[in-house]
Amino acid sequence: MSRRLANLFHGRPRLQAGTLLAGPVGWLVVGYLGSLALLLVASLWSVNAVSGELVKSLSFENFEILFDEPVYRTIVGRTVLIAALVTLTDAVLAFPIAFYMAKVASRRAKAALVVAVLIPLWSSYLVKVLSWRNMLGGGGLIDWALEPLGFSGPGYGNVAVWLVMTYLWLPYMILPIFAGLERIPDSLISASEDLGAKPFTTFRRVILPLSFPAVVAGSIFTFALTLGDYITPRLVSNNQFIGNVVFNNISNNLPFAAALALVPIVVMVGYLLVARKLGAFEHV
Amino acid sequence: MRTKDAHPARMAWLIVAGLLSFMLLLAGCGSSDDNGGTAGDELQKVGKGEGSLNLINWAGYVEPEWTKPFEQKTGCKVSPKVAGTSDEMVQLMRTGEYDGVSASGNATARLFEGGDVDPVNVDLVPNYKTVFSDLKGQPYNTFDGKPYGIPHGRGANLLMWNSDTVKPAPKSWNVTLDPKVASTYSGKISQYDDPMSIAEAALYLKMHNPDLGIEDPYELNDEQFEAAVQLMKEQRPLVGEYWGEAEKQISSFASGDIQVGTTWQYQYFLLKGEGKPVAASPASQGFLPEEGATGWSDTWMISSEAAHPNCMYMWMNWIIEPEANAQVAEYFGEAPAQELACEKTVNPNFCAEYHAEEPNFWKRVYYWKTPLADCGNGSEDCKDYNDWVQAWTSIKG
Repeated sequence: MSRRLANLFHGRPRLQAGTLLAGPVGWLVVGYLGSLALLLVASLWSVNAVSGELVKSLSFENFEILFDEPVYRTIVGRTVLIAALVTLTDAVLAFPIAFYMAKVASRRAKAALVVAVLIPLWSSYLVKVLSWRNMLGGGGLIDWALEPLGFSGPGYGNVAVWLVMTYLWLPYMILPIFAGLERIPDSLISASEDLGAKPFTTFRRVILPLSFPAVVAGSIFTFALTLGDYITPRLVSNNQFIGNVVFNNISNNLPFAAALALVPIVVMVGYLLVARKLGAFEHV
Repeated sequence: MRTKDAHPARMAWLIVAGLLSFMLLLAGCGSSDDNGGTAGDELQKVGKGEGSLNLINWAGYVEPEWTKPFEQKTGCKVSPKVAGTSDEMVQLMRTGEYDGVSASGNATARLFEGGDVDPVNVDLVPNYKTVFSDLKGQPYNTFDGKPYGIPHGRGANLLMWNSDTVKPAPKSWNVTLDPKVASTYSGKISQYDDPMSIAEAALYLKMHNPDLGIEDPYELNDEQFEAAVQLMKEQRPLVGEYWGEAEKQISSFASGDIQVGTTWQYQYFLLKGEGKPVAASPASQGFLPEEGATGWSDTWMISSEAAHPNCMYMWMNWIIEPEANAQVAEYFGEAPAQELACEKTVNPNFCAEYHAEEPNFWKRVYYWKTPLADCGNGSEDCKDYNDWVQAWTSIKG
């Protein structure tokens, strides 16, 4: 039996690879694409208001509500705006840190910095958000620190969400940029200098173009993570984000939650298309 | 590499087409579906326990202090599953994997309509006789004239304020709901984060805008509902915090970030116990603002698909045993459902503090119930729960 099997596979590389990949690919198709398809289907169903049971007949009612009610436009706009701001801030903060790690620091310092960037990921997400909640509250750490300067903290709200998300997702931006910068040979930088480029010109014409795909890779993380989060907004603001409304509807009106959950997917696809236009995937 | 393979864009289209066809296939198959479980008959005799019991409950309702003795006595091993919201409870009950649930009034009608619960034969629950009579036969626990559950405990949504800063002491919900008065406390108001809060506005309008003709704050027609939602929208910019968890509100009141708002008795007594400057309506006002208040009353219901009905009946009797009911009421911070529990509380003033034995207090409390299209007076034009959820999203913006 085992011999026959061995003979069957012998000299047939396509069959070997196919059998090997069947499991993972099958999992991807059923578990990932299948659930996505289910989400699409569910968004066209509706729910019986009294008993809460699913009515499995097709209608575009959920999408009509989504487009007609101004509140959902506000919520989607707010979510996308904060996600963009978080991404931008993280990119600006992460680049110098990653550059120092990749190109300036000694080997030992580099290892220490990588660990330092990773350490926040070891602690619970909830603990981090709750600590921010305390720091941002009235009379909290931020108020206390700003008081001598005559300012007060931002309190809870969109600014708080922006701050906390920026903090939470920073490692996801630093690590890809760090990896991208490491791959740039030092000789290219030396060559640029030898040819008379000033440091800023070297940065602008050599380092930035070569590391741009890494920045985009990081931005996909920060953007997608912000789009989907609903716990941070709930703890440090009164504002609703896409995730909050999905959560509020999920047990009571699953089809509507599914329709709303398609919004971040559409936004993400749009984002990836723009990233491709910018040439982010050309060197990958 | 890329030139040999299919073009990526063509690949993407293929996936999309595949998804679409899969979707249509599923949607086509799904159109004929049965309409949930059917309500069975009530149990006639409690037999021997089945050895285990699966419950859905609010946090704090199934704790070792009173669950351990139950397990020893009946041999029913209890597996509790804590749910965070009424919606989640309904969802979990629909799985058919649980024997019972401690449902609040905004879930009970949905469970009944969905055929997820069975009527309860109260003759098999001896302790039911001494349950406070104003908890029996209520619209949220009795359907088609049959009891569908055993009352567990109840609470009122009080108006709480910071006694140092909110002066004079408010007598009405206008401090949170009338924009003219409430703007004094702009950014310092806290509101419970749930669609049920719309009923607070309806209750306020019932008294202050009699032209609307609101009778029951949970049965609102278009005009009444619009007015209540409008009031909540005007309140929105003044709200400092929408709270979902008791702990969140406790920390905000303790720090002074929040100075007035809707609360449960639990938070009020906890903050008072810590010596914080909080106050609620005094005895001279019947402990409630002039409009009355919303509130909740929880009911243990038995699943129509219960795998362990005998254990569930024993549990429903046990949880209103005077001692157990006193324990759970004090642990959770609510008024017990069992009259005799008041003699068993550790704090001798507990029942007085929670007004457990004062029917006049509870007469002014409007318990949560599921808003239905059926207005209860024959007309079908009331706003249902989905409308309430949608409106709550628009209110919060």
